[in-house]
Amino acid sequence: MKWIVAVIRPEKLTDVKQALAQAGVGKMTVTNVIGCGQQGGYTENYRGAEMEINLVKKVKLEIAVNDAYVDITVRTIMDTAFTGNIGDGKIFVLPLERCIRVRTEEEGPEAIG
Amino acid sequence: MVFAHLLYKTLQKENPMRWRFVMIGMVLASLAFGAETDAVKTLSVAVDTVWVLFTAFLVFFMNTGFAMVEAGLARAKNTVNILAKNFIVFALASLAYWVIGWGLMFGDGNGFMGLTNLWFVNGGVDKGYSAIGWTQVPLWAKFFFQLVFAGTAATIVSGAVAERIKFLAFLIFSLVLVAVVYPIVGHWIWGGGWLQQLGMWDFAGSTVVHSVGGWAALAGALLLGPRTGKYRNDGSVQPIMGHNLSLVTLGGLILWLGWFGFNPGSTMAVGDGTAIAHIVVTTNTAAIMAILTATITSWLMQGKPDLTMLVNGALAGLVAITAGCAFVSVFSAAIIGAIAGVLVVLSVIFFDRVKIDDPVGALSVHLMNGVFGTLAVGLFAQNGITGAETGNGLFFGGGFTLLLHQLLGVLSVGVFVFVVTLIVWAMLAATMGIRVSREEELLGLDLGEHGQEAYPDFQGFLTK
Repeated sequence: MKWIVAVIRPEKLTDVKQALAQAGVGKMTVTNVIGCGQQGGYTENYRGAEMEINLVKKVKLEIAVNDAYVDITVRTIMDTAFTGNIGDGKIFVLPLERCIRVRTEEEGPEAIG
Repeated sequence: MVFAHLLYKTLQKENPMRWRFVMIGMVLASLAFGAETDAVKTLSVAVDTVWVLFTAFLVFFMNTGFAMVEAGLARAKNTVNILAKNFIVFALASLAYWVIGWGLMFGDGNGFMGLTNLWFVNGGVDKGYSAIGWTQVPLWAKFFFQLVFAGTAATIVSGAVAERIKFLAFLIFSLVLVAVVYPIVGHWIWGGGWLQQLGMWDFAGSTVVHSVGGWAALAGALLLGPRTGKYRNDGSVQPIMGHNLSLVTLGGLILWLGWFGFNPGSTMAVGDGTAIAHIVVTTNTAAIMAILTATITSWLMQGKPDLTMLVNGALAGLVAITAGCAFVSVFSAAIIGAIAGVLVVLSVIFFDRVKIDDPVGALSVHLMNGVFGTLAVGLFAQNGITGAETGNGLFFGGGFTLLLHQLLGVLSVGVFVFVVTLIVWAMLAATMGIRVSREEELLGLDLGEHGQEAYPDFQGFLTK
C-alpha cells in the first residue's frame, strides 16, 4: 500500500481527475494549497502596481493505492499534469502502514479498493 | 365667446357704461389665464422631465443588477472578468449611442433606418427626430432615457457568453451592437420604421431591447460552444454552479426595482398618472406570478425549488410583460407572467439539452420571454386601455391582425439580428479569436484576462 501525494497546477485538476478515474483510480482527497518551488511565483496587477505572489496556488491530491496501482497512478498524473513549463508540480510516493474503513472496519488492501 | 357676447348684449341694455368695465376685466382675466397656461405648460414639461430622468436612473441601476446576477452565477475564478465586462459595457454603449446610435434609431429616414442628423444627437438641437416628438421632454432627456435602454441590450449578451469569451472580442462586439444593430431594430419599431407603420406594438422593448440582446447572445453562444466541463463524455449535462447566490438574489431584486423605471418610464410622460400607475401594477403582477409558477415548475421537475430559477422566473415575467405592460389588463398581466415562469424553467433545460451553454440563463429570460411577451400583446391587448390605439388582441375579439403583426416583428427582428450578429461574431472569431484558450479557461479568466482575482484573500477552488 502506498500513499501518493501529488502537487499539481490547479487548472490541470479536471484532466488529472478524469484520467485517474479512467485508469481505475477513483478515490482521492483534494486540497487547495499554496507553496513555492522552482516556479518562484507570478505577478498580479492591483491598482496599477505589480505585486509578486511568492506562494503559488496549487492543488494537492492525496491518493491511497494498492501496490498494483502505484505505477499507473504516477504515470497518469505525470502525463496529464504535464505542460513542460516550470511549475508542473511534484509527486511523492510514501509507504502506507495501515488503512481502515470506518464504516465496515475493513483493514488493509480491501479498505483501499 | 358666445357667453361673453350674450353678457355684453345684456349689459348694454341694462347700462351702456358698465359693459366697458366688464370687458376690461375679461381682457385682464384672459391675460392672467394665458400666463397661467404658460406656467402650467412649463410645470408639465418639468414634471415629465423629472419622471423620465428618474426612471432612466432606475434603468441605469439595472447595470448593478445585471452585474450582480451574472457575477453570482459565474464561478469565483471568472468574477473579475464578468464584473469588468458589465462595468465597461455601459461606457461603450454610451459612446456608441451618442456618436451614431441615436441618429440611426430616431433620425427621420426610411422604413429601415434613420438618415437625418445621424451624428452626435445633432449637437443637442431637437430637429429631424419627429418619431419621438410625441414626448415634450428636452432632447437630452429623451436621449438619456433611450441610452440606458441601449445599454441594457448590450449587457444581456455578457451573461450568455460568460466564462469563455475574450475580453477584447466582447468589447468590440458590444460597440457594434449598440452603434448599428440595436438602433436599426429600434428604428423599425420605435423610430417610425416599417414595423411601427405596420402596427406592431412593443411598449418598452420585449423585442427592441430583450430579444435583440437575446438573439445577439444566441449567435455568440453558438459560435463559442459550451464551457469546458459543461458536458460529460456521454453528452449529459454537468451542472456548473454559480459561486454566490446572495449576489444573484441581490441582482434579481435590483433588476426588479429597475423595471419600475423600464416599463412605467417608457410613457416618457406623467400624464394624469393613470397610465404609469397601471403599468407599475401590470409589471409587478407579471413578475410575482412568474416567480410563483417558476418555483412550482422547478419544484415539480427538479424535486426541490431552485433559487436561481426563482430569480430567473422574476426576470422572465418582467421581460414578458415589457411589451404589453401598457396594452393589457392587470389580470392579463397575471396570465402572461404565469406562462413566462413556466417557460423560463423549461427553456433553461431545453438550451442545456441542445448544448447551447448559457451560464446565466440570459437566452431563456431575454430571448424566449422577449419573443413570448411580444406575441402576448397580440393575444391579450385591449384597445386604449391606457390610451394607445393598439386594437384588440385575439382573446379580446380583435382577431388575428395584431397577432400577425407581432409575429412578423418577432420573425423579422430575429432573422435580422441573428444573421448580422452571427456575421460579426464570425468575423471576430476569424481575425482575433473570440474564445480564450482551454488552459486559460480552466485557470479562470480573472488571472488570464486581467491578472487579478476577485477574492485574493480566499482560497477558492480555482479549478471550479
